[in-house]
Amino acid sequence: MTTPSMHGGNIAIVGAAETDRIGKVPDVSMIHLHTNAARRAIADAGIDISEIDGVATAGPTAIELADMLGLRPRWADGTMLGGCSFMALVRHASAAIASGAANVVLVTHGESGRSRTGVPHYAPSPSSMGGQFEQPYGALAPYSSFTTPVLAFMASRGFTREDLAEVVVSQRLWAIPNERAQRRDPIDVAGVLAAPPVAYPFTRDMCCVVTDAGGALVLMSAERARDLPSADRAVYVLGSGEGTESVIVSQMDDLESFGPFRRGAKEAFETAGVTHDDIDHLMFYDAFAHLPLYMLEDTGFVGKGESAEFFREGHTRPGGDLPMNTQGGGLSYTHSGMYGMFAIQEAVRQLRGEAVVQVPDVHTSFVQGVGMMFGAGGSLVLSNERP
Amino acid sequence: MSQGPVPVPTPETLQFWEGTAVGELRIQRCNSCEKFYFYPRPYCPKCNSDNVEWRVVSGKGSLASYNINYRPFPMFGTEEPQVIALVELDEGVRLMTNVVGIEPVPENLPLGLRVQVAFEPRGDQFLPVFTPDTAATIAAAASALETRA
Ligand SMILES: [Zn+2]
Repeated sequence: MTTPSMHGGNIAIVGAAETDRIGKVPDVSMIHLHTNAARRAIADAGIDISEIDGVATAGPTAIELADMLGLRPRWADGTMLGGCSFMALVRHASAAIASGAANVVLVTHGESGRSRTGVPHYAPSPSSMGGQFEQPYGALAPYSSFTTPVLAFMASRGFTREDLAEVVVSQRLWAIPNERAQRRDPIDVAGVLAAPPVAYPFTRDMCCVVTDAGGALVLMSAERARDLPSADRAVYVLGSGEGTESVIVSQMDDLESFGPFRRGAKEAFETAGVTHDDIDHLMFYDAFAHLPLYMLEDTGFVGKGESAEFFREGHTRPGGDLPMNTQGGGLSYTHSGMYGMFAIQEAVRQLRGEAVVQVPDVHTSFVQGVGMMFGAGGSLVLSNERP
Repeated sequence: MSQGPVPVPTPETLQFWEGTAVGELRIQRCNSCEKFYFYPRPYCPKCNSDNVEWRVVSGKGSLASYNINYRPFPMFGTEEPQVIALVELDEGVRLMTNVVGIEPVPENLPLGLRVQVAFEPRGDQFLPVFTPDTAATIAAAASALETRA
């Protein structure tokens, strides 16, 4: 017997939920942001928790997650690729289900990024490569490290700070009607540039919000999903890719382009058997305003140097022909620390027709994650139609 | 002495930090593919060769990219903005560093600016930081004048 493909729609996301509350949730510990989202996603799938035989998470161990939920799984995955761990975990879960290593997999995320409730003590090691060669210079926070290559990227393309601001403006338009979004005030390019400076060339609004939030997914084979009461809400994994690069941002192979975006997206398109023209919705992990610019070019939706103009022309805005980050993204909606789960959640909502700001006629969504600064990438092609 | 996190060397990086303590910037070079590489490892990450050696490099390079961090962590003991820079050494490797000795404003930090290493005491170590290479700047200005004449 040959193993069925993990791609091509053989695996379905059948449950998806965020925590009931997001933003400022100081009365819930980090691990229970996971369990809150997990139990909601299981209810959303319409299955009994006892059906879950695989668990996957990043941050806490899969052991802690499973035990908190009273589970004794036969498959566990604790892959840590930073914020894009959840793209990778969806990919790994798909492989596990296709191969028979698990039948029903729960993937969770939760972080008390704002309130720091029940968060284990973490101190960067002064002997790590970052501890020796980056942190002594001030690169201790994402805003002071993830931003270091950006002036080189901008100079190579003739981009300006106005181009960074335009990304923020485009995404804020999606957040304004969304009551769960953190930043909802209308803003223009001048307003973004006038916001308090954080790390030149970045102002506050070019950097993500910091929140408490969680999310979870339930995956199983598309065959098994047919019998669920929620069968018509299934979202299929068409293709995926992942990859890693340097453990410290200063050593990325090319300051102007990120290999895991290029390679992961290429593999996701190839495994999905679709082209860029088939994609009608984008979720691009936007911890900072430069990321959607890198991603548009590296994933091949536009050519080198064309990403800023793509934003200016309004393609990604409400009413545009390639809507992006339609809940407001990390810049305006929510960002708990490892945002990738929320990009997947919004793709699933759009594909189910259940988004707060619903894009009409969405069939196929492309999701691109990034992790550990420019350390890793994860790509997914998701669809509401099984090919 | 600047304040802030103090690097703790590992056996594989010790040569680097012993170098900065005596005013040398030591970078590894692979004798098989004849390229320098960074961060320190006992083999070449480009071709997997074990035939590698430490070299003292020129300490000269150019500014590849940077940010100006207006929110330094309290452990640095200053509210002065930090220029967190990426410098490409002439030998072909890139380091994160601080550009010091200038007012931290974009006007002073054109990409491509020639810079020269200096060593700043930090705890029991010496951090490589960079200053604008005044000689190179003067030479460039002189050559521009000559061209105009
Ligand atoms: Zn080599």
